[in-house]
Amino acid sequence: MNEPGPGARGNPFFRNAAAKIASLPMILTALVVFVGGTAWTVVYSFTNSKLLPKLNFVGLDQYRRLWSTERWVVSVENLLVYGVFMLVFSLLMGFVLAALMDQKIRFENTFRTIFLYPFALSFIVTGLVWQWILNPEFGVQHVVRSLGFENFTFDPLYNQDIVIYGILIAALWQGTGLIMCIMLAGLRGIDEDIWKAARVDGIPAWKTYVFIIIPMMRPVFITSLVLIGAAIVKVYDLVVAQTGGGPGIASEVPAKYVYQNMFYAQNLGQGFAASTMMLISVAVLVVPWAYLEFSGRQRHG
Amino acid sequence: MAEAAIHTSALQGPQGRRPKSLLSPRRIVIYGLLLVAAFYYILPLYVMIVTSLKGMPEIRLGNIFSPPVEVTFEPWVKAWSQACTGLNCDGLSRGFWNTVIITVPSVLVSIAVASVNGYALSNWRFRGSDLFFTILIIGAFIPYQVMLYPMVIILRTMGLYGSLSGLIVVHTVFGMPILTLLFRNYFTALPAELFKAARVDGAGFWGIYFHIMLPMAVPIMVVAMILQVTGIWNDFLFGVVFTKPDYYPMTVQLNNIVNSVQGVKEYNVNMAATILTGAVPLAVYFLSGRYFVRGIAAGAVKG
Repeated sequence: MNEPGPGARGNPFFRNAAAKIASLPMILTALVVFVGGTAWTVVYSFTNSKLLPKLNFVGLDQYRRLWSTERWVVSVENLLVYGVFMLVFSLLMGFVLAALMDQKIRFENTFRTIFLYPFALSFIVTGLVWQWILNPEFGVQHVVRSLGFENFTFDPLYNQDIVIYGILIAALWQGTGLIMCIMLAGLRGIDEDIWKAARVDGIPAWKTYVFIIIPMMRPVFITSLVLIGAAIVKVYDLVVAQTGGGPGIASEVPAKYVYQNMFYAQNLGQGFAASTMMLISVAVLVVPWAYLEFSGRQRHG
Repeated sequence: MAEAAIHTSALQGPQGRRPKSLLSPRRIVIYGLLLVAAFYYILPLYVMIVTSLKGMPEIRLGNIFSPPVEVTFEPWVKAWSQACTGLNCDGLSRGFWNTVIITVPSVLVSIAVASVNGYALSNWRFRGSDLFFTILIIGAFIPYQVMLYPMVIILRTMGLYGSLSGLIVVHTVFGMPILTLLFRNYFTALPAELFKAARVDGAGFWGIYFHIMLPMAVPIMVVAMILQVTGIWNDFLFGVVFTKPDYYPMTVQLNNIVNSVQGVKEYNVNMAATILTGAVPLAVYFLSGRYFVRGIAAGAVKG
């Protein structure tokens, strides 16, 4: 595919000159923003930059401070709880919905439209709607109480211990439709003969799903996992809109800590260290996947 | 008889014909579960609409799930033109127009750049082009927070920090991985003879792009547009970081209106404002149907 350009005989640098010039935005984005920007942030996370970035190295001081700051530790704990539940429930709900949709049901398009529309909405809209529904004075709690259950309590957004689950409800509402769609595509891609063979052998449908179909859908699950995982680490707008990090600091998340330190507290070094920690957590997740994907591709090519 | 029953039940698997009896117990369970799920997904939209059509006295007395006794559009008018953000009281209209001014050029520029990238990557590969592409794809997974401050510095150096052009650059840069992937895959799937014939006829890089590739790329353009319009319309983080309060997009303004601590909370106005902010991406979603699903499938599965 390496077509020799018009100036092929000259300096190889000018071969394909038009393509190279046209690709400049991509090259600059890749090298300057993605590689350069990331390296820059990592390097400056070892400095004591405050209001302005300064190359005054202090070793791991920012990281030590980071991990002894309560707000950050709470943020990380929240992210872990949120992340585990988000992963489990997204995969579970996504798969179950997809399996239900795959039963030759009527109104499939209607159901799909209903499950997927929240994905078109922003996290701000999502957060604000659920803030309203979960409002204890007017929302679900009030309605159930007015039905006669006077002691019914459901105020996740005002209770420090469970606020993260209130955010989870909203996040699942917004995101599971996408996972359902990916899973459904995966289910549709499975050879019909597998089902026939399982039925001939008299294997119940649920067993076929658990022991045959799900293992066959491994790539789909891994893709979903990576997608959900990358989204979990980035969670920011939803929290800003739904709780603002409250009550107190009970629903703070790392992305918010970064923003807070970089653009409000004028504590750049902390922001850089925190964002580097975010980068590391994504890398732990994505690198093994990219490695598998890449080596798989080479086998095919 | 028993054997026949087993036989037909065996045929009722997911891949079989649609069963004749719609109300077998299994079917009831399936539809029951789907309806429960549908309830969870529809509820917020319903509550938003219903709340936005009520007056405040009715909200204080009634329950959020009941339909409005007296329908009023006043909250909508107020949300659009009078709601206060703490900075000003022009309502959401200001944010709406800001978002339009941000979204239109950002969508156009990011798609133009990415389609050229994809075209170069599939037809004019050069030394290192695949490396840059790999970096781009890996970059899609880097949390934005890592690149926020470097981006601020880049824009400041270019003199674009806080301006509309700056935000366009940001959306073009961060939309690039997924869009480039989309266009590269599309152009790679086109028959190579097309390109070769044009080359034989003496067409160059731009000639082939404008006369052959671009006209053939309409379907993928639509997918990319849907992806970008909803993505940029819904953006909050870049809007907060890279613009000044005067240019705050709709999402930022909506958040400021609803979560502003001053004054009495007007839940009906808040919900009207929320629907207004979600209206454009929702309209795109409902109008585009299959294209939307295709867009996120193409974007999500591969990205």
